[in-house]
Amino acid sequence: MKNFIITLIIILIPVKSFGLIEVDITRGNLNPLPVAVSPLSIDEESRKNFEKILKKKNIGSEISSIVENNLKVSGLFNPLNKDAFLQEPDIANLKPRFEDWNLIKAQALITGKVSYVEEKLRVEFRLWDVLAGKEMMALAFTTVPNNWRRVGHIITDKVYERLTGERGYFDTRIIYVAEEGPKTQRVKKLAIMDQDGANNKFLTLGNELVLTPRFNPTSQMVTYLSYFRNLPRVYLLDIETGTQEVVGDFPGMTFAPRFSPDGKKIIMSFAKDGNSEIYTMDLENRIVEKITNHPSIDTSPSYSPDGKFISFNSDRSGYQQIYVMKSDGSNVKRISFGKGIYGTPVWSPRGDLIAFTKLHKGKFYIGVMRTDGSGERLLTENFYQEAPSWSPNGRVLIFYRETKTDSKGKGFSAKLWSIDLTGYNERQVPTPTDGSDPSWSSLLSN
Amino acid sequence: MKLNKILKNGFLIVVACLALSACATSKKSTGQMQGDVYTGTDTVEYLASGVPDRVFFATNESVLTTASRETLRKQAAWLRKNSKITIVLEGHADERGTREYNLALGERRANAAKDYLMTYGISSDRISVLSYGKERPVDSGSNPLAWSKNRRSVTVKAN
Repeated sequence: MKNFIITLIIILIPVKSFGLIEVDITRGNLNPLPVAVSPLSIDEESRKNFEKILKKKNIGSEISSIVENNLKVSGLFNPLNKDAFLQEPDIANLKPRFEDWNLIKAQALITGKVSYVEEKLRVEFRLWDVLAGKEMMALAFTTVPNNWRRVGHIITDKVYERLTGERGYFDTRIIYVAEEGPKTQRVKKLAIMDQDGANNKFLTLGNELVLTPRFNPTSQMVTYLSYFRNLPRVYLLDIETGTQEVVGDFPGMTFAPRFSPDGKKIIMSFAKDGNSEIYTMDLENRIVEKITNHPSIDTSPSYSPDGKFISFNSDRSGYQQIYVMKSDGSNVKRISFGKGIYGTPVWSPRGDLIAFTKLHKGKFYIGVMRTDGSGERLLTENFYQEAPSWSPNGRVLIFYRETKTDSKGKGFSAKLWSIDLTGYNERQVPTPTDGSDPSWSSLLSN
Repeated sequence: MKLNKILKNGFLIVVACLALSACATSKKSTGQMQGDVYTGTDTVEYLASGVPDRVFFATNESVLTTASRETLRKQAAWLRKNSKITIVLEGHADERGTREYNLALGERRANAAKDYLMTYGISSDRISVLSYGKERPVDSGSNPLAWSKNRRSVTVKAN
């Protein structure tokens, strides 16, 4: 966990903006942009040094594969087959022969160079507009060699940002619950991995049931529910130090935790005598506040990004529905009125949408609606799926899906999936074991 | 909302009938449901002779049925006779609901059982409540009968 904060020394090489290629991210993957990711070139001495340190034969190609995979998985880009590339990586990085890249129908080209400088990894890369024959961006940075995967993610973020006009989401991590064992006795552990499934690590041993981990948007802290000593309580975990602590001193189950957008409060439910209410606890002065007051189940709270509102689900109308209130608990308004039951509202980091889970006629949906409940759009339908979490740029949702078992109760599995806000580009997110309850981190580097 | 409820119950009865007719053709299952509440004995264990350990609920409900109240009265009588025994009421939900809501629902179900035991003279000091939501199903099936077995509150001896 050391060296977590990447030491970026970014040298911006100024490039004149010509208003070149643009990717329309509101349209999904109907026409992914053909892009050529030329392997990052590397001199022989640097190659040997990195091979010794990182046990990777050619770190330049490894980093470009990460970029290529990220671009492909985003659904907005179509990375072209390297076999068709005519120009050598080192020469392409100096000056691409645009007609060669044009010939293979590449519209954008990424080139670059890796070198070993004073025990560090130095990368420079360039983004080119093939049709216009122009350089769109050039960046260089230096970091410790172990951060090489993050280098690939950061390059992707920069390229994504330049081509779509929106922040990327590739240099991020996912915290989730890793699951194993029979459905009636699931063993669950907290696990964390890079957004692309690499560097998976288990954070708990599986001795007690753990559920619903969520990232602090401003630091490497996580809040989650643990059944330690059979007392289900909300915990706080520092993923860098491994320190854990119970949140507050409640005489009963606390659950459904989430951070406030400034990371200073935890909002959660506390269940007592058959009634669940929403509470907040300030992490600095430990002051606890009761936010809802209703003899129904009030849970799954989530703040708006400006911290002024809270969405939650409640069965005060008879069935689970989504409500929005001011952050002090006043002005409670029901916003979901469609057919079915609605739960797990999560406010988009852009502030304009709420993602939710819906159950209607025996099917589960992940959908989005505007914060006043209008414009409901269902993105995906399945036997069971729930708990969407937004990518930090608000373009992608990650959630989990469970399979229906057969007549003998066999065949159960739980997997992480992601889907674009457009409803396109639904993909399984690779995990070494089964997984559920994913939560997406903020961008690690800014 | 009332109409909704009537329609929903009607729908549940249809589901139950379908499940029952499915049972009729399958010799293995001895389970049965009334409405969508489990009334069989497949998964039931006994705290003492004639004292079943669990009660079952309808979908999304925490209301005790007549049969559940009878079971809880037997538990209360047994607890009055064995005054040193303390218990945990473990509340559960089926897999057809979101995880957090189901944790709250499990807690509400276990508390419904707790309240009833208290009205039959069992002190709240002897009862603790633990909700598992949908985390610990007894039946791993994905069908209405399995779900009905999983919507339950189980009384477990704590000492």
